[in-house]
Amino acid sequence: MNNVLHLVWLVPFFPLVGFLINGLLRKQLSKPLISIIGSGMVLASFIVSVLLFTEVKNGNTYVANLFDFISYGNLSIPFAFQIDQLSSLFLLIITGVGFLIHVYSAAYMNEERNEHYGRYFCYLNLFVFSMLLLVLGANYVIMFIGWEGVGLCSYLLIGYWFKNTEYNNAAKKAFIMNRIGDLGFLIAIFWIIAKLGTVTYTTTDGAGVFDLYKNLTRVDYIGITMLLFVGATGKSAQIPLYTWLPDAMAGPTPVSALIHAATMVTAGIYMIARSNILYTMAPETQSVVAAIGLATALFAATIAIKQNDIKKVLAYSTVSQLGYMFLGLGVGAYTGAVFHVMTHAFFKALLFLGAGSVIHAMHHEQDIRKMGGLAKKLPITHITFLIGCIAIAGIPPFSGFFSKDEILAFAYAKDPMYYYLGVAGAAMTAFYMFRLYATTFRGTFRGTEEQKHHLHESPAAMTIPLVVLAILAAVGGLIGIPESIMPDAHKLEQFLDPIFAQSNEIKMAALPEHHTEINLMVISVALALVMIIFAWVKYSKKPELKEPAGFGKVLADKWYIDELYNFAIVKPLQWLAKFMNSFFEKKVVDGIVNGVGRLVNYTSRQVRLLQSGLVGNYVLLMVLSMLALFIVKFFIQK
Amino acid sequence: MDISQILFYALSAMALGSAIMVVISRNPVHSVLWLIVTFFAISGHYILMNAQFLGIVNLIVYAGAIMVLFLFVIMLMNLNAEAEPQKNKWLKLAGVVAGGCLLLVMVAALKQAEVKGQIAILGTGDIGLIKNLGQALFTDYVVPFEISSVLFLSAMVGAVVIGKK
Amino acid sequence: MLIERYIYLAIALFCIGIVGVLARRNAIIIFMCIELMLNAVNLLLVAFSKMHYAAGVAKNATAGIDGQIFVFFIMVVAAAEVSVGLAIIVMMYRNTHSVDVNFLNRLKH
Repeated sequence: MNNVLHLVWLVPFFPLVGFLINGLLRKQLSKPLISIIGSGMVLASFIVSVLLFTEVKNGNTYVANLFDFISYGNLSIPFAFQIDQLSSLFLLIITGVGFLIHVYSAAYMNEERNEHYGRYFCYLNLFVFSMLLLVLGANYVIMFIGWEGVGLCSYLLIGYWFKNTEYNNAAKKAFIMNRIGDLGFLIAIFWIIAKLGTVTYTTTDGAGVFDLYKNLTRVDYIGITMLLFVGATGKSAQIPLYTWLPDAMAGPTPVSALIHAATMVTAGIYMIARSNILYTMAPETQSVVAAIGLATALFAATIAIKQNDIKKVLAYSTVSQLGYMFLGLGVGAYTGAVFHVMTHAFFKALLFLGAGSVIHAMHHEQDIRKMGGLAKKLPITHITFLIGCIAIAGIPPFSGFFSKDEILAFAYAKDPMYYYLGVAGAAMTAFYMFRLYATTFRGTFRGTEEQKHHLHESPAAMTIPLVVLAILAAVGGLIGIPESIMPDAHKLEQFLDPIFAQSNEIKMAALPEHHTEINLMVISVALALVMIIFAWVKYSKKPELKEPAGFGKVLADKWYIDELYNFAIVKPLQWLAKFMNSFFEKKVVDGIVNGVGRLVNYTSRQVRLLQSGLVGNYVLLMVLSMLALFIVKFFIQK
Repeated sequence: MDISQILFYALSAMALGSAIMVVISRNPVHSVLWLIVTFFAISGHYILMNAQFLGIVNLIVYAGAIMVLFLFVIMLMNLNAEAEPQKNKWLKLAGVVAGGCLLLVMVAALKQAEVKGQIAILGTGDIGLIKNLGQALFTDYVVPFEISSVLFLSAMVGAVVIGKK
Repeated sequence: MLIERYIYLAIALFCIGIVGVLARRNAIIIFMCIELMLNAVNLLLVAFSKMHYAAGVAKNATAGIDGQIFVFFIMVVAAAEVSVGLAIIVMMYRNTHSVDVNFLNRLKH
């Protein structure tokens, strides 16, 4: 066993230390020191992750048992970290993108007061720690701890500006929506424990969940996978629990980039990819996952077309892209889904950071109708943002093309209908991204004179992460070139093969013929190009400034889903709570509580009479008690 | 039916009858006298079982010393039937019913006792003789015996202290 | 003689004692009834002693002697108890000029 893999505990350890230092000393430390500690700890994790990755690349995997977490009866849950292909890949994404975003944040948040600055970095480090726990955990319980941890950090960071009630409500909404999903995840864990008596993924002596999965029945497969998927819909913002993610844009923009685009929201994909064998055994659930993913992808894309808040567009775009990942998982393209997680982390983090740079330059103006013509004033931001847009639109050879088309190719092989709908969504993606781009960077400036006067390129701490991410977004896809273009060039698939080997043995997801696949790619790229040109031409000169009407208004108002939820769920709950408060609380609960008091009062008043002070009465009672004891002893207790 | 059985039943009847008389006599002096009769009957039982030492001690200590003490106290207080405090009729009835129930339950419980059918031999057997009892008392039970003498001493002191107040 | 007969006799005497305690108010009579109950137990102990003697004499010449020793000790304790108890009753009579136990209801307060 190689020694480097024993260092796995260091990966989450560094951010934890950073969290403790920044959290406890945030009033004492100066801002530069806080940012150096916060970023440095994540950088240290990144370096360890790279070391681990090189080991894993050689085919070594390792499970580090740190200590016994829960040990009760036959159930034993160790606090263990598992380092293998899947987790090491996620480690790189989390710590790498996380580090860039930390550096970016150091400049972006510089206007905050000292203790709030420290609070921000301590939350961010705690988030990285929880996320690492989530992907490193060697069993579902550790994953669940991380899962809850990232949910908490998400709540804290969305409500970072806690003096704004609206932001606090957004934070609460995110937390509650997540809780609904978490309940499903938790029940799935209980189900697994009840059926298999373990939650560890896999063990050397074949006693893990993925070793014993054959003991499960068909109902178990469907039940467990559906419940896990409920958890994933909460965390990864799928229908019907997606509404929290657009509201989560209330948090600082780097947070949106890290948590609500690159890492946390992909936890659901990680979980399903980790449990791929269970999903392979439950084709019914896979169909549901694919359908929900596709529906979310289309639905969110339609909303994104009519949004005017730069971050809202990106948020719905994230929901839509997550939908593609679930489509990939649903059709059995696990590698494709993980691949898309990776490329999406690059280009979506890039887009969010670019948006942050724009917002920074515009003094916290987020409405794209008041921007325009920023290309000259913010050259680096402009170029990197453009690269991000091309990448997400799926133009080769940028990264989004490879991952998205891999998923679409598998979808075509499963059912051509999936493909057609998926391509429609991709076309919409290209359209709304370039609508966003053209409105923001092209045309003429539409803001106030004061804003125009202050327009400036962001400092180096913000542009360097943009450049790095732009390079990754541009070339990141090259590790997964499909077979049909260049044989044996899909390095990611070869790397991840051990993780999905069990599923592939049972049912290998099929790819269409090579020439068909190339035709499909041509179709989707052509469609995306047409949409790009259309949007560019339409919005560069004459951006859409007036309020939308007709069907456009329905889209701009997000299909009225929030209103529907409010009417169907929130209102009845409030009514129920009111009823409980006025009737149940007052009459029943108070009645029971006061009744107990009155009963004790009354009975003690009666029992008091027994204490007559007369010896004869006492003796009589003694005899009667003796009698009772005799009767119980000899006639009842048999 | 041999002579010892006749004696057993006669003594039992005597004991029960006089015990009932103890309870129902209105005059305390009569109660004491009936209790002495009861003790005589019990001593008779002891002798029937060849527990001669206990039979004699029962007579001397209980019927002799203790009951005389009772009689002495009653006469000192000049108690008689007229001064006898009487209980409420219903409370009396409750007492009788409770005692009767206890009797019933105990007899019913005896139905399942495992000692049933065993024999307590009458007449013969020498464990009740003074010689054998003395042997056991001064060897195996010598410590409790000495402690009981301390108990007597303290009872004596106690009685004197209470009486002097 | 069958042991049940002794047991029945002892139970009957004991219950008569209990009825006496319950139904009378005179402290001295109650005290006497307690003595009666003690004697019922004594009688039973002697009967059991003879029962064990009958069962175990073949192995042990003094089988069952413990029962009679116990009766002896009970008598000792009873004698001590009577001396103190009567002293208390005398004192009570001196204070209240009555032997009615219902006068002594201080426990109520």
